[in-house]
Amino acid sequence: MRREIPLAITGIVGVVFVVQYFIPHFPFSRMNDWFSDWFSIVQACAIWLGALNLLKISAQKIAARKSDWIYSIVIVACFFLIVIIGFIEGESFRGQGTAFSWLYDYVYTPLSATMFAILAFFVASASYRAFRARNFEATLLLGAAFFVMLGRVPVGDMLTAFLPDGYRLSALASWVMNFPQAAGQRAIMIGIALGIVSTSLRIILGIERSHLGGE
Amino acid sequence: MRSRSSISPGWTLLLVTTLLVCIVAAPTFGQMPDDGVITFEDTVQVMVAAPTSLIATDHKYDDGEKIDLQWVPSIDDLPGIGTVVGYRIYRQDDGGVAEVIANLPAKANHYRDENTELGHTYIYSVAALTDGAEFMSNLTESISPEREWIDFSKRYLFLIALLVGGAVIYFIEIARRGKKLFVRKIAGLEAVDDAVGRATEMGRPILFIPGIQDMDDVQTLAGLTILGRISKTIADYDTEIFMPVSRSLVMTAGREIIKSSYQTAGRPEKYSDNMVTYITDEQFGYVAAVDGIMVREKPATVFLLGAFFAESLILAETGNYIGAIQIAGTARPAQLPFFIAACDFTLIGEELFAASAYLSEDPKALGSLKGQDVGKAVAMVIIVVGVLAATMGQAWDISSMNSLVDILKTIFSTS
Repeated sequence: MRREIPLAITGIVGVVFVVQYFIPHFPFSRMNDWFSDWFSIVQACAIWLGALNLLKISAQKIAARKSDWIYSIVIVACFFLIVIIGFIEGESFRGQGTAFSWLYDYVYTPLSATMFAILAFFVASASYRAFRARNFEATLLLGAAFFVMLGRVPVGDMLTAFLPDGYRLSALASWVMNFPQAAGQRAIMIGIALGIVSTSLRIILGIERSHLGGE
Repeated sequence: MRSRSSISPGWTLLLVTTLLVCIVAAPTFGQMPDDGVITFEDTVQVMVAAPTSLIATDHKYDDGEKIDLQWVPSIDDLPGIGTVVGYRIYRQDDGGVAEVIANLPAKANHYRDENTELGHTYIYSVAALTDGAEFMSNLTESISPEREWIDFSKRYLFLIALLVGGAVIYFIEIARRGKKLFVRKIAGLEAVDDAVGRATEMGRPILFIPGIQDMDDVQTLAGLTILGRISKTIADYDTEIFMPVSRSLVMTAGREIIKSSYQTAGRPEKYSDNMVTYITDEQFGYVAAVDGIMVREKPATVFLLGAFFAESLILAETGNYIGAIQIAGTARPAQLPFFIAACDFTLIGEELFAASAYLSEDPKALGSLKGQDVGKAVAMVIIVVGVLAATMGQAWDISSMNSLVDILKTIFSTS
């Protein structure tokens, strides 16, 4: 029963959700909203599982003085700091001038932006590897990337200023992006859509059970 | 002696004052005041024609909550002249007082009232607005919204879904009867056993990252179904797995999957809840933590299977930097190039969804992949027919080809 009940719920809800997409009549018209609300409620309750797990693991690390346990102290301290400030400031904790928003704007956001900024360097190193002309396909990729990148900056058009308007590098870059690139991406999208249909049917029919464990 | 034709000073003063008033008032014609409020005192009224042919119709295929309005704009609503500054929609609910329900810009000729109630009767009118006056259209017939059971505007989508779904179920049934089906090899999935074996030989852990979305995302679900297969191999090989997650529900699902795999492998004592840990819901906080784990623990194998966004390359490049063998898969086309550049194997789009069936070698699951191929074959045929028809229709102006293109557009249009 531990597996049959989730499978039955998945099957019934799956079928109902497919059906509701084609039926505008109440109660089908509201089902999407209801299920979204229910999911949000479950999600909000489940966040405590995650938060408590994080605290538990950090506390274990501190107690056992495992390697880098000092960072666990930072996690626990930051967790309680933000939770306590949020509770003290009440409903308006997100308002301007609150300590919570100060921490968010001047601590969290810069840290987050720093992580995001690392992407610039990773793009460079990944591009270096991807664009090495090892075989025909990689050389093709290198050529396309070269012209697209050059076509996206003003110097591309400056270098090809002697050509008529529609034949400059910016036009070539747009053509590569709008036709070969878009065609390839749409082919992938069609495959993804069919893959989702197939996976959904496997789950609804109970053929796919590995997400429940033990299969 | 006074001339007979001369004008008295009183009349002269009146004329000058009138002229001054006209000069001062002239720039205000056709302009909205700065504060956006029309005041009758500040402006000069301009007569314009009212909108005409106002029609209210029940919105088709809804739950009785929408009514569509259409009208012909005022003939004075002309480009560049600007005497009509907008339109105002009035509604009478069950014979009550007419209330303003919307203000629209100039040139508007339709509106959808999405706040109607079943059983109520509505009468509408539309007013053309100038700077300070309203010119009302005729009233509509009274109308009540109606609800429908079937949305026939989605009929083609329903037929396509029926075709693809039917093909999937048909091939599942064929496979169930024992017919052998050919499924092409997927390099990334062929490498799973080797990747797990490598970690076992090196005595280093395996890192599994199921993306940063929750359980309501089909990519996360696909990632977890693959985890179900991989964790069995991991439990058989008695290798260590670590799965940091960014969603609590994914944590509980992941734990359940890995725990079951260890039980199936006959090693329940080897399982620990610490194998799956929640980090944070915040995207870059999660990335920072996972990058730290990668650099400190140096896993031999990294699986990146699920929904990824900007963090995809940060994670994959860090994995590449520590020398881990990486198998990635996502259904987000924008992130695929990053995985292809930084990982050893990448499951492209549909391969992510096929992975679980492929790894399980269950005939029924493999049958579903065959059904998926039918959908692809149909899509290919339609694309070729559509491209040929559009090309021939435009190049030689063949009306039948143009009609065929229109039919295909109607069938496959998503809007």
